[in-house]
Amino acid sequence: MEVRKGLLYSKDHEWVQEVSESVVRVGISAYAQDQLGDIVYIELPEIDAEVAKGESFTVVESVKAASDVFSPVSGKIVAVNEKLEDSPELINESPYDEGWIIEVKSDELELSDLMTAEEYARYIEEV
Amino acid sequence: MLLLDLSVPGRQGYALPKLDVEETPIEELIPETYLRKSELGLPELTEPEVVRYFTQLSRKNHGVDVGFYPLGSCTMKYNPRVNENIAAMPGFSRIHPRQPENTVQGALQLMYELDRYLAEIAGLAKTSLQPAAGAHGELTGLLIIKAYHEFNGEAEQRREIIIPDSAHGTNPASAQMAGFIAREISSDPRGGVDVEALRAMVGPQTAGLMLTNPNTLGLFDENIETIAKIIHDAGGLLYYDGANANAILGIVRPGDTGFDIVHFNLHKTFSTPHGGGGPGSGPIVVSNKLVDFLPDPIVEYTDGRYHLARPKHSIGPVKAFYGNFGVMVKAYAYIRHLGAEGLRAVSENAVLNANYVLNQLKQDYHLPYDRLCMHEFVLSGKWQKELGVSTLDIAKRLLDYGVHAPTIYFPLIVEEAIMVEPTETESKATLDAFIEAMQNIAEEVRTNPERIKSAPCQTPVKRLDETKAARSPVLTRKL
Repeated sequence: MEVRKGLLYSKDHEWVQEVSESVVRVGISAYAQDQLGDIVYIELPEIDAEVAKGESFTVVESVKAASDVFSPVSGKIVAVNEKLEDSPELINESPYDEGWIIEVKSDELELSDLMTAEEYARYIEEV
Repeated sequence: MLLLDLSVPGRQGYALPKLDVEETPIEELIPETYLRKSELGLPELTEPEVVRYFTQLSRKNHGVDVGFYPLGSCTMKYNPRVNENIAAMPGFSRIHPRQPENTVQGALQLMYELDRYLAEIAGLAKTSLQPAAGAHGELTGLLIIKAYHEFNGEAEQRREIIIPDSAHGTNPASAQMAGFIAREISSDPRGGVDVEALRAMVGPQTAGLMLTNPNTLGLFDENIETIAKIIHDAGGLLYYDGANANAILGIVRPGDTGFDIVHFNLHKTFSTPHGGGGPGSGPIVVSNKLVDFLPDPIVEYTDGRYHLARPKHSIGPVKAFYGNFGVMVKAYAYIRHLGAEGLRAVSENAVLNANYVLNQLKQDYHLPYDRLCMHEFVLSGKWQKELGVSTLDIAKRLLDYGVHAPTIYFPLIVEEAIMVEPTETESKATLDAFIEAMQNIAEEVRTNPERIKSAPCQTPVKRLDETKAARSPVLTRKL
């Protein structure tokens, strides 16, 4: 299962990519999408909605279950991947690229507690 | 193949007699905007064609009257035919909910006595028969918890309902619907509620705890009295999810272990049909201090007469009239038929059957919580997954053996979960056939995994594309 280098990861299996100094892109890891199975629906959040670190910001439904997606950062949603509305399978097919979910903006992004790719790879080994 | 596909223009099953009154043109009865512009394309068939179509369709189905149905947490037991005979009696089937009370004393007596029996089984005071399903019972129970805290002036602060991570998904959904915040509590290594984590979680914000006991792992939480004390000391109430009550009839009364509200699924524990549209029935039973909050109406018996009454601080009706009365009659017949000893034997045999099957299967399938189980147990398909065969594949292969698949991928805390509930109404021969099927499948995983991945191959339809069905469902058809 690919753990994309250069991204940061949360314990809830979300990845974070720094887009600019105050904006990050968020998605779920290849490991997470594999565990969920075929994703059939995602409830896309609204732009401008506030998200809080560790709290659920959306729900993904797979053939197995509906699961919360937890925000790895706090801030305001500035972009949503609208392609997922019609093609939720992008999360399965391309979790790190086409399957990104939201972009979050904050002037005080707190990223220091997230894992590096190496740390996350070890973490999922142990789970 | 739909009826529409079988239609032949001009074919007829039934002809209406000629009108013996003058016909009024439809245009005079219905405004033009609401009239169809084209013919309604109903299928045209003869009566025997329609009968054969539906009979054949029913033969493609699997139900408890066709074969073994070990669907975990669903209690798919045999539905005794005597229940149906009694529910069909005209005194029960041909009455109207608006009839005066003095003309339906028998029906009210049945409801009152069923209320008394369920209260005795629950170890609590009074029953509302109104909720139409288990989750409806949950919502009703939670609204009562809310009304109780409101009555005590604590509704503002008591917002949290604590729910174990092994709980049915309906629990957090019901809590949310009732306006509470659902807080998840983790399980301990033995599969019960983590008592220390619970101590840390409760406080003045705690409204209550929802617990299924035995839980969805089929394990009885022996710490229940400690758990009840923690919740009560914090000022909360305990709700018992009765989905698994088939394990405890006549053995443990939830009320005696500290629960304040219990729901029963008459369509599971008390043998009324379900799994094909029901209807269900999810009565709730409450302790003395909650009786005044019950839905409206309840059945009372005073001065030799049965009558309907509104509890003093009632949360109001939760369903039209009295609930699903026909289901109550069937459950009543079941309870009277078995009696107290018979009900206890139901649970003893349900637990015995589950432990028998569990012990025959634990060599071939991983058993994450290796304890004495109650009426059901949860295996994990993780050994098979390592060989490339998923729990879904195993479930599909079981269909080839004429068995309904167990509940799979639930509870969520067990990887590749396979949840089996044999029930008490199955013979040893049926259980042995299931055990053999599961053992054969485990062997096939090692020797012929491709066969399992392409299963089922003996059923009317082969492996369905569930992903496609969920991503692009076709729910309508043009007539």
